[in-house]
Amino acid sequence: MSTATIAQSTTENGIVFPSKVMLDLSKLKKVYPTPKGDYVVLEDLNLQIMKEEFVTIIGHSGCGKTTMLSMIAGLNPISGGNIAVLGNPVKGPGPDRGVIFQSPSLMPWMTALENVLLGVNQVFPHATKSQRKDIAKYYLHKVGLDGAFNKKAMELSQGMQQRVGIARAFAIKPKVLLLDEPFGMLDSLTRGELQDILIEIWNKEKITAVMITHDVDEAIFLADRVVMMTSGPRAKIGDILDIEFERPRTRKSVLEHDDYYTYRKHLIDFLEH
Amino acid sequence: MDQEIILKKEGQGLAFLKPLVAKFTSKFQKGDIISSLKKTGITIVSILLFLGLWHLGSKALYNKEAAYKIEKALTEQGQAAADAERACIASGDSSCQPNTLPSPAQVWSSLQSLIADHKVITADKAAFVEKMAETNAKLVAEGKDAIVYTGRASFVDIVLTSIKTVFAGFLLALLIAVPIGIIIGLSPSLRSAFNWFIQVFKPVSPVVWYLLVFMIVKTLYIGDSSDNAFVISFISVGLCAMWATLVNTAMGVSSVDKDYINVAKVLKLGTFQKVFKVILPSSLPLIFTGLRITLSVAWMVLIAIELLAQSQGLGLFVWEEFQNGANDSNAKIIVAMFIIGIIGFLLDRLMLTVQNMVSFNKNEGV
Repeated sequence: MSTATIAQSTTENGIVFPSKVMLDLSKLKKVYPTPKGDYVVLEDLNLQIMKEEFVTIIGHSGCGKTTMLSMIAGLNPISGGNIAVLGNPVKGPGPDRGVIFQSPSLMPWMTALENVLLGVNQVFPHATKSQRKDIAKYYLHKVGLDGAFNKKAMELSQGMQQRVGIARAFAIKPKVLLLDEPFGMLDSLTRGELQDILIEIWNKEKITAVMITHDVDEAIFLADRVVMMTSGPRAKIGDILDIEFERPRTRKSVLEHDDYYTYRKHLIDFLEH
Repeated sequence: MDQEIILKKEGQGLAFLKPLVAKFTSKFQKGDIISSLKKTGITIVSILLFLGLWHLGSKALYNKEAAYKIEKALTEQGQAAADAERACIASGDSSCQPNTLPSPAQVWSSLQSLIADHKVITADKAAFVEKMAETNAKLVAEGKDAIVYTGRASFVDIVLTSIKTVFAGFLLALLIAVPIGIIIGLSPSLRSAFNWFIQVFKPVSPVVWYLLVFMIVKTLYIGDSSDNAFVISFISVGLCAMWATLVNTAMGVSSVDKDYINVAKVLKLGTFQKVFKVILPSSLPLIFTGLRITLSVAWMVLIAIELLAQSQGLGLFVWEEFQNGANDSNAKIIVAMFIIGIIGFLLDRLMLTVQNMVSFNKNEGV
């Protein structure tokens, strides 16, 4: 059963099977107090994300996408409502939710390998040193950094740094992967490369993923569902679009698919509305 | 031999300048050697200009004082005395020379005489050790203290004492300021608790620090006849100089990039790991900036503190020469001034090299 059909059945029947829900946001609210009174960023936001589902979130700048993601990550306190991972409420950050940040956020004084090991050591404390190294090396290999294990992070290009960021996030085997515009700072060529790498690893690991993006094509190419958020304040889910392309996908097959432009038009219509 | 020591020191200085120079010159094309030659040329010209101005200035001062001396002799003792004074000054006799800002040539010859003096003292010392070798061996065999050379210190010994004092003070500052800086950097409440302390004590003058340390050390050493000038001066230097490191360390630790902290949170790193793997490495550049300031402050306050503490270093040397008022005293003071300046410069370069080695964001910053 492909992930796409799970998502499809959920939305078509309007019934949610709790066991299949990985991430549950209900009546989520975020308020920032300001001198002029409270500023409500998010209000009454409900979203359920299934196991092994890849969801992209699209919306205008400042609508609260990043706020929502950092609340899921546990880095930003929740003002109201609930976030649960497999039914357990989120109480703070933890390695069950891996994050790939917009800037690679590597420790510049460490090598690529040490950066990945930082997380691996934390999640697999009982593994031997060489086992942990093997895990880190495996994921660095997966993102195409075979020759750069021992290069200092500061010596790597922005694109290569973000590859290490991807390896670090997957290597800790999180239940949910949170991606905050991970390719936003890259040029379009590098961005395409990294999308391919990301989707290749994801096809293998099938970790539930929530990704924020500004790029409509990226949103369609990667996702099982594209979640559109309304503009803030008081942002909520505006619309959800199911992307029913078969996996594994290739860029070529996606671009040539008859539905591609229908999806694209749907998203752009929403954003320009 | 002493000349060798000084040259060697400069050689080391240039050695750690080399990477910097290479970095600097690598930015130019190979064809741009002319521009670097130009730069060297400009430096040489500016040095010559400086020496020329100094020479003219000291000559003017010399003439002014000479004219005053002759005038005074004329009004107080008459024409004959004035002529005698003029002849005496012209003859270069040391008894009647005006005692004013020395010329570059005088300073240079003073340096030579200090070096010669050092050679004499070194030879004396060696002779003394040889002479006493037998007696000392006997004394040691009897379980008594050996007799050591207690003669006058040479200029090189004085410089070495100063360097030793400044490094001891620097080490003390490092050992106090870095740990405390880290601790108060980690906790905002401790930071505000310590803030008044830092703000109040940071501007206190070296002289007052010396007095404070003197009060305490004097009592601690009570009944002990050994010389505590070194202890007092290096502790005072350390206390004066540590503030830059303390403030910088606290700032570096408290202002770690939020992204790194978020990564540490997501990975749920323990406190120990968070501090040693994330916070400290990322604040190292600022800590070293602080240490660099500390070292230069230490060297600067050292002179005043050695003077007060009667520690056999450059500070005391300068003061004693001033009190001495001998014919070449002023020239010796200027020699000491240059030595102080050059050593200070080399120490700063040394710290800069270390700082560049630990800073990881070379590509982003400066």
